[in-house]
Amino acid sequence: MATALKINGKQHQVDLPDDVPLLWVLRDEVGLTGTKFGCGVAACGACTVHIDGEAVRSCQVALSDVWGDVITIEGIGTPDSMPAIQQAWVDHQVAQCGYCQSGQIMQAAALLAENPAPSDTDIDDAMQGNLCRCGTYPRIRAAIHDAASKLKEA
Amino acid sequence: MASVGKILRRTFLIGSAAIVGGVAFGAYYVSRPAANPLKPAEGETALSPFVLIDQQGVTLFAPRAEMGQGVRTTWAALIAEELDVELDQIRVLHGPAAAAYYNSALVGEGLPNKGYDISDFQHNLGEALGVLGRTLSLQVTGGSTSMKDGFERMREAGATARETLKQAAADRLGVDRAQLKTENGAVIAPNGTRIPYTELAEAAGQIEPPEVELRDPSNWRLLGRNLPRVDVVGKSTGTAEFGIDVRPEGLKFASVRINPKLGGEMKGFDASAAEQMPGVKKVVDLGNGVAVIATNTWLAIQAVEAIDVDWGDAPYPPETDAIFTEIASAFDASPNSTMRDDGDVDTLPDGATEITAEYTVPYLAHSTMEPMNATALFTGSALELWCGNQAPTLVQIRAANTANLDKEAVQIHTTYLGGGFGRRGELDFGEIATKVAMAMPGVPVQTTWSREEDMRHDYYRPGAMARMRGAVKDGQAVLIDGKVAAQSCTQQAVKRYTGLPAGGPDKVLVEGFFNQPYTVPNYRMSGHIADLDIPVGFWRSVGNSHNGFFHETFMDEMANAAGRDPLEFRLELAKAEHAPSAGCLQAVKEMSGWTGETPDGVGRGVAMTYSFGTPVAQVIEVVDEDGTIRIAKAWIACDVGLALDPGTVEAQMFGGMIYGLSAAVMGEITFSDGEVEQYNFPDYDALRMHNAPVTQVKILETNHHMGGVGEPGTPPSMPALGNALFDLTGERARTLPLINQFNLLV
Repeated sequence: MATALKINGKQHQVDLPDDVPLLWVLRDEVGLTGTKFGCGVAACGACTVHIDGEAVRSCQVALSDVWGDVITIEGIGTPDSMPAIQQAWVDHQVAQCGYCQSGQIMQAAALLAENPAPSDTDIDDAMQGNLCRCGTYPRIRAAIHDAASKLKEA
Repeated sequence: MASVGKILRRTFLIGSAAIVGGVAFGAYYVSRPAANPLKPAEGETALSPFVLIDQQGVTLFAPRAEMGQGVRTTWAALIAEELDVELDQIRVLHGPAAAAYYNSALVGEGLPNKGYDISDFQHNLGEALGVLGRTLSLQVTGGSTSMKDGFERMREAGATARETLKQAAADRLGVDRAQLKTENGAVIAPNGTRIPYTELAEAAGQIEPPEVELRDPSNWRLLGRNLPRVDVVGKSTGTAEFGIDVRPEGLKFASVRINPKLGGEMKGFDASAAEQMPGVKKVVDLGNGVAVIATNTWLAIQAVEAIDVDWGDAPYPPETDAIFTEIASAFDASPNSTMRDDGDVDTLPDGATEITAEYTVPYLAHSTMEPMNATALFTGSALELWCGNQAPTLVQIRAANTANLDKEAVQIHTTYLGGGFGRRGELDFGEIATKVAMAMPGVPVQTTWSREEDMRHDYYRPGAMARMRGAVKDGQAVLIDGKVAAQSCTQQAVKRYTGLPAGGPDKVLVEGFFNQPYTVPNYRMSGHIADLDIPVGFWRSVGNSHNGFFHETFMDEMANAAGRDPLEFRLELAKAEHAPSAGCLQAVKEMSGWTGETPDGVGRGVAMTYSFGTPVAQVIEVVDEDGTIRIAKAWIACDVGLALDPGTVEAQMFGGMIYGLSAAVMGEITFSDGEVEQYNFPDYDALRMHNAPVTQVKILETNHHMGGVGEPGTPPSMPALGNALFDLTGERARTLPLINQFNLLV
């Protein structure tokens, strides 16, 4: 039986078993590959998406348990139209290999939505679930602070 | 001498070839031109292009793997600098697997010199020997070599293209080429008229490229500056394509399990349960493991885990303790190499104080963020393979052999790499994906490893031990006698890649050990090879990753025994041997405000490693916060000779340091019953936002030769942290990871 999902504002009917994690629905069924597979056990944050505005690990949410509207990295901006958070990532040249950055950005976007002026400690608390093996943390921190100040001006 | 220069000039020629509606510029060889991967029409010159201009625009090729180090941007900038194009108005592609994209600098690294004492003659010889890279089809991204390799060739390609386009314009306008200028993708006529390169491309394809001179660095517009990375928008919007994101039409998804007793056989399996599971299309017998092809990666992972397999034993001792006993026994045999042997280490100088120490470091996984994967389409007579990889020509050969096809029938598409660190220089993920796809001809199949499969089937950084003996007298180091023992990555990898045994002295085993820029009168450093069959490979900074810890921890122990400040002690020894290395130590001293004194609850450590042509010094500060130790601050100074993109150099320095600190704090692969005991990030974690230090980087450019940047940041981080912990606690860190000894914040 098909399951109805709203992803990035668009309705999808997904015909997969109920226990398939949202991550694999997005990547292999819907074709939204910006959300990444890193660990499958909610230990790295590469698969972070928003459900009703909350940052969640999509590898841990079964298809039948998706409780609201899903927003992925593709849903918050595009190369031609980037919101402040993505523009800050570009301005600070954050990405190295780049594989974890979709998850980092989705986590940071949720942080800024909740806390428009995060302190370093707030950033530590919010971002420590997101692993980056390239070690881009200093530039992620700078980009979050920068995005916060741009959003304040706007 | 003259013959060396002659060889050097003849390693490559920059030429051109007409293509449909345009022109390609690139490198080819006089003696054995490599096949043109773009397949020019009959009778046209075959070459591997770096610049392609047609009606659609300008395309630059950077045939090195972009795994985060910024190579695509800086290679493109080398070409664009001479060609006069802007990076945001052109395309930059990786290009196909091709022999002419060989890496000349990597083979040069194999010469038995220390690196920092290299003479111009040896330097040239190293480049000339780089021709061997072509013979071995070594289109490899590794060894922190990309800029050393591309620096001349890419600029020559750009300059040749520019002058040929100018000649085409000169012919059209009936003026002399010298009267023309170039700017932003166009030739400018004396009257100011702009003729875009795209309009001149077809005519340029008919012109023999003129001799060119490279521009003086004082005129550079792009090189030496912080350039926006060409991949940064894609990587900030989820649109950059990694191997795992490839989606050819009709794609099926597979996952794999290989014997966790590494190298052991598969005695048999029962897949009856898996075959009944949802989405499963096919179970594939890989000989030493199994795969399941399904409609979804997760369904494939569930099904492959449901297969009941009877695994054979591993060909090495099944427990970690026994493995390290075997490594220690390598000290009993005569050394594989003694690449430094100065003075007489057997006689203790009169009045000197002797100290000894033994160090042990564990096996380590690469643990890239993107698990191993590759996508293959096998048609019976041809194979297409998509993957992030560090060695496309080697992947091509391996895939061709696996599928029993000619190399020419195998097309490799290199995507972005979700981390490499040496892991994606291996060929296993491409070979496995090929085998899986062969079970379903005509259907593209993406084979993705679970994180657990990735973690437990690596080519690990070898576990290693060192036995150090030294002596100090009157506050000076007068003797160092060091032995390192570990498996040989080099010997194992050569056998793995070529099927041929490799012998001789293994420089990689002792790099960072024998070639450190310190003057010590009696100084002998030897390497002992442990004979074990655990799969080992090239982990960011390779031998330096353990030797940096051994050498620089021991330097600290010597300084302590001599009653000296550890930074001043090193500075004195480095000054006499290698000024750029001393300069790095001096820089971190100033940046950190090093006084040798720290307040209660604060510890500082210093270390310096010369690797891949670049000395890097680091000071690490640790803070005791109610019994939990936090790595608070770090200062890094490197001397790269020439920083082509300082922003990228900075990123590689702090990134390389964090990679090393992650291993130093908590990285450890252990074995039980022949299987790796770590499964996923909860067992094998790394530093994160909250426990990574605030870092300052200084880039120096006094070094005579251009050094690498991707790896040299890693080695000194581990001893600098251990030395800081000694300063804080008085306890010496002689075994990694440090979490087993200190209450570090994780």
